[in-house]
This record gives sequence, structure tokens and C-alpha cells, in this order.
Amino acid sequence: MSNMNLTLKIWRQNGPQDKGKMVDYKVSNISEHMSFLEMMDVLNEQLINSGDSPVAFDHDCREGICGMCSMFINGEAHGPVKGTTTCQLHMRSFKDGDTIYIEPFRANAFPVIKDLVVDRSSFDRIQHAGGYISVNTSGNTQDANAIPIPKQDADLAMDAAACIGCGACVATCKNSSAMLFVGAKISQFALLPQGKIEADRRAQNMVAQMDAEGFGNCTNTGACEVECPKGISLSNIARMNWEYLAGAIK
Amino acid sequence: MATLDSKIPAGPIKDKWTSYKDHVNLVNPANKRNIDIIVVGTGLAGGSAAATLAEQGYNVKAFCYQDSPRRAHSIAAQGGINAAKNYQGDGDSVYRLFYDTVKGGDYRSREANVHRLAEVSGNIIDQCVAQGVPFARDYGGLLDNRSFGGVLVSRTFYAKGQTGQQLLLGAYSAMNRQIARGKIQMYNRHEMLDLVIVDGKARGIIARNLVTGEIERHSAHAVVLGTGGYGNVFFLSTNAMGSNVTAAWKTHKRGAFFANPCYTQIHPTCIPRSGDYQSKLTLMSESLRNDGRIWVPARKEDVEAIRNGKIKPTQIAEENRDYYLERRYPAFGNLVPRDVASRAAKERCDAGYGVNATGEAVYLDFASAINRYGKEQATIKGETDASEARIKELGKAVVEAKYGNLFDMYKQIADDNPYETPMMIYPAVHYTMGGIWVDYNLMTTIPGCYAIGEANFSDHGANRLGASALMQGLADGYFVLPYTIGDYLSNDIRTGKISTETAEFVAAEKEVRDRLEGLVNNKGTHSVDYYHKQLGSIMWNKCGMSRNAEGLKEAIAEIAELREDFWKNVSVPGSAYDLNPELEKAGRVADFLELGELFAKDALDRNESCGGHFREESAEVGGPQDGEAKRDDVNFAYVSAWEYKGKPSDAVLHKEQLEFKDIELKQRSYK
Repeated sequence: MSNMNLTLKIWRQNGPQDKGKMVDYKVSNISEHMSFLEMMDVLNEQLINSGDSPVAFDHDCREGICGMCSMFINGEAHGPVKGTTTCQLHMRSFKDGDTIYIEPFRANAFPVIKDLVVDRSSFDRIQHAGGYISVNTSGNTQDANAIPIPKQDADLAMDAAACIGCGACVATCKNSSAMLFVGAKISQFALLPQGKIEADRRAQNMVAQMDAEGFGNCTNTGACEVECPKGISLSNIARMNWEYLAGAIK
Repeated sequence: MATLDSKIPAGPIKDKWTSYKDHVNLVNPANKRNIDIIVVGTGLAGGSAAATLAEQGYNVKAFCYQDSPRRAHSIAAQGGINAAKNYQGDGDSVYRLFYDTVKGGDYRSREANVHRLAEVSGNIIDQCVAQGVPFARDYGGLLDNRSFGGVLVSRTFYAKGQTGQQLLLGAYSAMNRQIARGKIQMYNRHEMLDLVIVDGKARGIIARNLVTGEIERHSAHAVVLGTGGYGNVFFLSTNAMGSNVTAAWKTHKRGAFFANPCYTQIHPTCIPRSGDYQSKLTLMSESLRNDGRIWVPARKEDVEAIRNGKIKPTQIAEENRDYYLERRYPAFGNLVPRDVASRAAKERCDAGYGVNATGEAVYLDFASAINRYGKEQATIKGETDASEARIKELGKAVVEAKYGNLFDMYKQIADDNPYETPMMIYPAVHYTMGGIWVDYNLMTTIPGCYAIGEANFSDHGANRLGASALMQGLADGYFVLPYTIGDYLSNDIRTGKISTETAEFVAAEKEVRDRLEGLVNNKGTHSVDYYHKQLGSIMWNKCGMSRNAEGLKEAIAEIAELREDFWKNVSVPGSAYDLNPELEKAGRVADFLELGELFAKDALDRNESCGGHFREESAEVGGPQDGEAKRDDVNFAYVSAWEYKGKPSDAVLHKEQLEFKDIELKQRSYK
């Protein structure tokens, strides 16, 4: 299989105040076995060696779990392959001669820091508002098996908890809504007996913070679910709404 | 000169920790409010410590280089966490977990620390369940377990193949509760670049704001490092791209002894490398060895045919396959500890039986598990005359439920379907057992400076067993440090706020600035990665899975030379006072270039084979253990603790003699 020559159109923005623009780059001899970020490494090595400034992008674990990598690739969060983060996307998904558009995750609540790096601390602040169960570390909590949990509930909670907090849902949503992200956390705890006690208050507080951060509303398009690299289900948003309403009428 | 006092409490091993807790000095709640603690790193160790210390009432400042504490690399741990719960009723106990861990570590860990670890292991599971961690459960609603390498019981708790993620999100949620209360001040996208010592005590850090490039001074009454391991000294490892030794190394240079730097875990089941552009390696969880069988072709002609693409692995008949782990280690088979499994893979590949183009891959095969589970399911469903295809279908569903996400990950990376054809795997650098030397209190040789989790050295000896890293990180952070640190801080209740205007802070900040400015103004000819890759290649070839004196001496000289070249010719674009990922890398690689040399020096000193450290000069010859690692307890039953003296080659060795009062030193046999 031959190696590829590609044209990259990449968003460059030298800081939050800079206007930013798309800039063209060429990379050649890209192996189909490379990951997308390894292709970006090749570009950056090329830029450094020619005295240009490398493209800033977030990344860390490069195995699809830390949620640090972002990138809007050809109009899709994390690129064209379903259920995949940018770091796990491989160049075999592209072909020789392709032009690839690479942009940051865009949303008012995710301001650009530089190039493809955005500030997602709004997600953390939503978690501060209620993304926890109020239990201290004492060493005296009851035995783990004293709380039997139906396997189905545990599995659903795990499915919701699989969210990596990357923000693809927000970047994808035409309203920049964070409801899939927030719904996933609220659902994980609402499904478990340990989390039920604070479920109402949690939904109220997290939703209030989500609104304060400037995330948009959900209009049930479902694009977030399609683009989520971890397959977080839209039903988590329904569960969040239920918990929110239940809390509101109490 | 600092002396090595491990401060192990007196008394029988099973009473040490209880008695310690009963007699340790405490800090009154009203005084805790006046005490500041810096925690660097927010993985399982740092995150759990920050949350717990804040719950107790201390003012915590937590730092991580990622954009959120939730992204620390503990998140990537897949398989599970050990705990001596004996829920399966298969004979597990605190003593057995303690014994397995000491034996698994090839008798190079500290008994008292390991026993404490085993004692608190059960509490970890209780705590995590209370936090809402969704561990796997059986249909009765109770917690499920799986088995891991090097042990004969099922004591590993798991959350699909994402156990690290779920435990970290648990610690992160506990942190969030304290951040909301203002008890933790969180500094995301910050990197610790130096430790500040005032009057002989750790009193703060110099950190760089990675977004603005600003250099900040932060003071506290104690500094806790939960900064992880240094596997990235090999360039290619399963660590995150940002994982680094900088905080630990700066602390070492400020006076903390560095223990056993040569103890590195090379994990047997990783996806083989595919090309020079490779930036990292990906682990396939050890849990796969519960059901996967490892083999290579028994005949060279089959190896050739496989490499040329003339035949597929599924076409090789059973009798022409060499299930070398089952052959060499019948008692433990595919579940031998990691160091043993890795060396065995290397042995077969070095002998020319590797199954990919590079000759560095073996098979991990699920065909028999799929068949076994399929038959089991057919029986359960009453399908007595199920066809072979139907059995395969049923079996695949079971395997998918257990390892689905791992199989998907393999498929994405390797572009091959492991349900139909065996996975190809090869060992890769994964975890570093060595780290900053700590006493029983987890305090380094610098008063007031603590190291927890992978950043310290004490619990895993020369080899870590699977599912023990998560256990140790959370044990240190939730249940050990919060006790031991109080003992030290009880003397600090009258100290008051620590000023950041002292000469020590000013000098440390200046050093950091000079170094950063030096890097960006160097305007050399080579990128940071150019040096990092070369360092990685020296480390892998000469300090990797097997080591000898000649190679180690060469490595020492080559690393020193490379380091000199780095400082002359490295090119770092951009400014020191801006978001500059290349500058971040440059600082980290500069420290790896020093650590690497100490690593090789330590490996040279240790002329024995133990755990992950295999010295070719020290192998069994003849007899049933032919070719196995040969430990030398007479001369090497000590912890190497290195003191910094200006450069790595001048480091001075201090020895902590290891005492085994409760476990008899034996050859570690898994046969």
C-alpha cells in the first residue's frame, strides 16, 4: 500500500484575542498505519525544522480514554470514524491527494486558547456543582457487597460513566448544548442507590451551572449521540430531564 | 548527610499499621484550617490524596499539567484493582495478597509497606462503591472478580476494561466536592518545575502556567508528589505523551534520594510497533491472558510463511504451535507475572519465531476460549446439537461482553479482527517500580516532602503484579498519607503562612526562568523529539528487557554525550511566556536525559537478576530453572537509594537493607 500526500487546511489562532484563519499545509509520505496525531507530529516536526511555529493541539494518552484530544476534522468532531477519538483515528481512513480540514471544537463555552486548543474548564465547573456523591473517606464505609445493585442498573450506570468529557457533543451540537455530557453524569448517579439520595439537588445544580456557562439547549437532533466517541446514549438526556423535573416540583 | 531510616514501626507485621494509627500525632480540626498542602498530580494517588486531605480540613492546592484533573494517566488503566475481599471464597486473605505482592516483586519491596497496602485494600473497594464507581456485578447484584497474573485467586475488581477511568472519575468527583467547597484550589494546565526548600523543609514549588507561560511561586507546609512514573524515558511506552519525571527529578536534585531507578516493568501484552513515526504504544489489558493463549509457530518454515503472508495463523495445526508459557510454566501457564511473560516472548522472538515483519510479535489467541464459552452457553441454553458455527457465535458473544472494548481498540489500531484471527502482541515499557525513596510515612529524605503512588518506590519491588498499581495509588492517597502527614504537620500548627518572598523562592524562580529562557534562546538545529527518540533507542537497546555490564557502560557514556549535544543543539521554537508545547517537552526531555544515566548506573550496580531487571550475567544454568532469572539475596537484598551530587554520574549510593521477617526468601518459581 502506498503512502499518501495530503493537503491540510488548519485553523491557526495565535491566542484568544486573535481573529484566526485557515492556513494550508502539505504533508507527504504519510503511512496509512499512522494515527491522525502522528500525522500532526510529522507536520509539526516539518514546521519546526523550517523555523515555523508548530500547530498547538491538545492530546495526552493517545489511546482514546483521557478525553484530552479534540479537533473537528472535515466537519466532524474526532473525524469520520464512528466511536473513535482523534488519537485513535488512523490515516487509513483517508486517501492519497485528500484535503483535510482541521478546526478546533467550537462553542461559546469553549473559547480558543491557541490554534486547536480550547478551554473546556466549563465542564469542570459543571461537575463542581454536583458531579459527586457526598461521602467522606473514612475507611469505615459499609462493606461494598452490602449494597447489591441489579446488574442491569450497574451496566447502565457504567455505560453513562464511560463519558470521557472531551466535548465532542458540544462541538457537534448546532446549539452547543452540553446535555449529553451533563445527562451522562446525572444518569450514572441516579441509576445507583448510593447516588439517589442527592439526585434531585444534583440535577438542579448541574443544570443551573450548565446554563450559567452559556451552553445551548437541546432540540433533540441527536447529533451528539452520533458523534460521541464513547457511544453515550441520548436516553441519558431524557433521564436528566426527568431528574430535573422531579427535583423542580419537590 | 541524610540517613536512611525507614521508620518501620515495631511489633508484629499484622499489628504495625493499627498500632501506628493508634499512636500517631493528630492535628486538631481548627488547626488544619491554618495548614496548606500542595499536591502535584491528580491521578489516583494525587487525586485521592487531595480530596481526602481537603475533607479533613487542610487547605489543598492541587496541580496538574492536563486541562482537567480527570485526564491524569491513571485513567488509562484497563484491567482492574486488587483487594483481599475473598468474595469468591477461593482462599484469599490479607496475608495472601501481601505474600503474592512480595513474591511477585521478587523480594525487593519493603514488607511493612506491602502488608499495610494489603490491609487497606478492602477499604478501597468499599470507598469506591460508596462514591458510585460502577464496578462489574453478577446477576445477584454483587461484585464480580477476575483473575490476574502471578496469583492463584480471583481478587481483581473491574469496571469493564476501564477500571482506571472509573476509579479516577471517583477520585475526581471527591475532588470536585472539595473544589466546590473551596477546600481545594485547582491549578489545571500547570507544571511543577522546582521544589522550594526553606530551612531544610519542603515549603513550596515553582510552577509554570502552561497557558500563559507565567512562572508562579506557591507555598505550603508540605508538598506531596503524586506525579507518576518515568517510563517515557524510553520515548515509546504505554504512558501518556505528557507523563514525565520532571517534578520527581527536580525533587531528587533538591535532596530526595531516588530509589531503584532501573526497576522498569515491560508489559507483555502491547500492540507491536508499526513504524518510525510511532509516538506511543498501546497496552492490551493483562485480563486478556485469563482467556487468551499465547503462542508462536513451533516450526521455522511456518514462521517464514506467516511473515511472507503465504499462510494465516489459523491455518497452523495445533501440534505445530508452541504455547511456550504453558510449556515452560505449567502451574501458572498464561498467567505468569508480567516480567516472566515478557522475557519469554523476547526469548522466542530472539530465537527467530516472531510472527510479524519486524520479528517482534507473538500471538494472543482467543479461539479456544470462544469455543469453550460457546459450548458452555449451548449447554445452558439447552442447545445440545449446536453446530460449530453456532458454538462460535455463542462464544464470541461471551468474549465480547468481557473484552469488547479492548477488541475494538485492537481493531482500530491494528486493522485486524481478533475474534477471527489471533492478536499480535509484544512487550512494551509500561510502569516504573523505582521512584523517589520514601520511609514508612511516605516521606522522602526531604522533610515535609512526600511521594505517593507510582512516584515512590516501596510497594512493588522489582516487578509489579497486575491490578496492583490502582490499589497502591488509592491506598496511598485515601488511607495512608492522610494519616502519616498529620504526624509531621502536628509540629507546624504555629508556623503560620509560608511567605513566597523569601530568598529561597526568589532563587528557585530565577533558576527556572534562566533554564526556560536558555532553551528557547538556544536556536539549535534539532527538535526535542530528535533527542527523545535517540535517548529512547539507547534505553530500549541497552537498558531494556535484558541488560549486561558492557551495554550499560555504553549507555551511560552515550546518554551523557547525547545530553551534552542536547544543550548545545536543541531547537525550541516560540517564547517562554506563551502556550508552548515544544518548550514543555524540552524541559521534560532534559530531565529524562539525566534520569536515563542514573537508571543505567543503577542497573550496572545491581549485578543480579530480579523482577523486571534481568542481567544476562545472572541467569540460572542447567536444572529445571535453566535460563530463569537468578537473584542474589546475599549481596543485593537492598534498596538502592541514590543521592544527587551535581550530576548523575556522581550520584552516591545509599543502601536500605531489606528485612524479610514474615516471608521466607525463595526462588520465585511459577513452574
